[in-house]
Amino acid sequence: MKNTPLHDLHVSLNARMVDFGGWDMPINYGSQIDEHHIIRKDAGMFDVSHMTIVDMKGDNVKAFLQKLLANDVAKLKDAGKALYSCMLNEDGGVIDDLITYYINDTFYRTVVNASTREKDLAWITKQAEAFGVEVTERDDYAMIAVQGPNARAKAHKALGDDAEEKLGDMKPFFIRDYGNMSVARTGYTGEDGYEIMLPEKEASGLWTKLLEAEVKPCGLGARDTLRLEAGMNLYGSDMDETISPLECGLNWTIGWEPAERDFIGRAAITKQKEAGVKRKLVGLVLEGKGVIRNHQKVMVNGNEIGEVTSGSFSPTLSQAIAFARVAKEVGDTCQIEMRGKRIDARVVKIPFVRNGKSCL
Amino acid sequence: MSNIPNELRYTKSHEWVRRNEDGTLTVGITDHAQGLLGDLVFVETPEAEDTFSSGDDCAVIESVKAASDVYCPVDGEVIEGNEVLGDAPETINHDAYGDGWIFKIQPEDDGAFNELMDSDEYAEIIAED
Repeated sequence: MKNTPLHDLHVSLNARMVDFGGWDMPINYGSQIDEHHIIRKDAGMFDVSHMTIVDMKGDNVKAFLQKLLANDVAKLKDAGKALYSCMLNEDGGVIDDLITYYINDTFYRTVVNASTREKDLAWITKQAEAFGVEVTERDDYAMIAVQGPNARAKAHKALGDDAEEKLGDMKPFFIRDYGNMSVARTGYTGEDGYEIMLPEKEASGLWTKLLEAEVKPCGLGARDTLRLEAGMNLYGSDMDETISPLECGLNWTIGWEPAERDFIGRAAITKQKEAGVKRKLVGLVLEGKGVIRNHQKVMVNGNEIGEVTSGSFSPTLSQAIAFARVAKEVGDTCQIEMRGKRIDARVVKIPFVRNGKSCL
Repeated sequence: MSNIPNELRYTKSHEWVRRNEDGTLTVGITDHAQGLLGDLVFVETPEAEDTFSSGDDCAVIESVKAASDVYCPVDGEVIEGNEVLGDAPETINHDAYGDGWIFKIQPEDDGAFNELMDSDEYAEIIAED
């Protein structure tokens, strides 16, 4: 099993460690519900060093990414701006979802999922050949996500005396260098905050300073309930290579214009769109007691109309919530088959929570 | 290291059993089990007069992470389910052997308690986990 540079610190903080896609990672440091609330109300941090940072450089890097990604990097006009996108196969299935940062005209950085690292690197490298783009995995970097309404103020304290001055005016969804670190105002929780990429050797030093600034360590358990409440998809659960972005709520990430941009998978999803998409991703809120789990059946009038893709308990709403992929004709209510019983649920718009407040 | 009180008896499925002075038994899940499950968010306890055989599933506990059945450690009739857990399932996380008890049962056979595992045997079971 692989360890991040912060592994020993997690163990010393009494984290409960689990195998997360081949990485020995903290699931919680005591209570994942407490950790969830800390990020909604104050500031917490995650070790996300297992995620894969890939730098792409070359004169044709923009044209390459316009081919590789379903979203259009031409939308990135200001240096440092970030874009969320899917990377599709020729059939329109999602190979991975990722964030791309526009550093300059010959340099973009992406962050892809840890669980898909090998196939992503193989796919990206293969497609890059024709464009002469140099693809480099930055496994010399660690990454710490600091999230919550007080996250940036506390992170500035931990980073250094000039951090407020040098980073304070950075807008959401941008990245900027700070010393030998890259600080991005992005995240996976629905709260404000930073994702800080830094040389491996410096990770434990920054983690310790963040602890001193009263940023609480949080595990991947809380990360999952936070992203679910915030309406963010999880690769491998909510989509995979057999699912198109049109079937997992990611229509908004497709750069349809300009029509002549021929990104990989375009022909397939155009055909699917013209034929009519039969399934969609919706939010569910359980009316009764219990917790919705992945793969439970969604029923309407006794007929199965779909399946839960991500189900859990929402600490903010104190009830069970889920994403489910269902027939597009679904109405306002359904039932979920849970442990041999059918429990009523409401069909709602995603997200469930934004900036700490319920959207229901 | 998990807390495993000496005066209790245990099952392989991680229930603990306490013998009360009136001969009834109190049942809960062990500190080890609550740690594995993580934050509990829902508990369905059995009701008075429910009867179970040893090994029957008689309660459901759900954490953020997973749902788990609780198995009855002996044959008997339920006297009381712990109503506190309906509103405060996290009591099990905070006090697995005390306020986090799940139900009380009148065993059919007084000797059933002594046939359960003692703390040393249970410690060996979880060391293998």
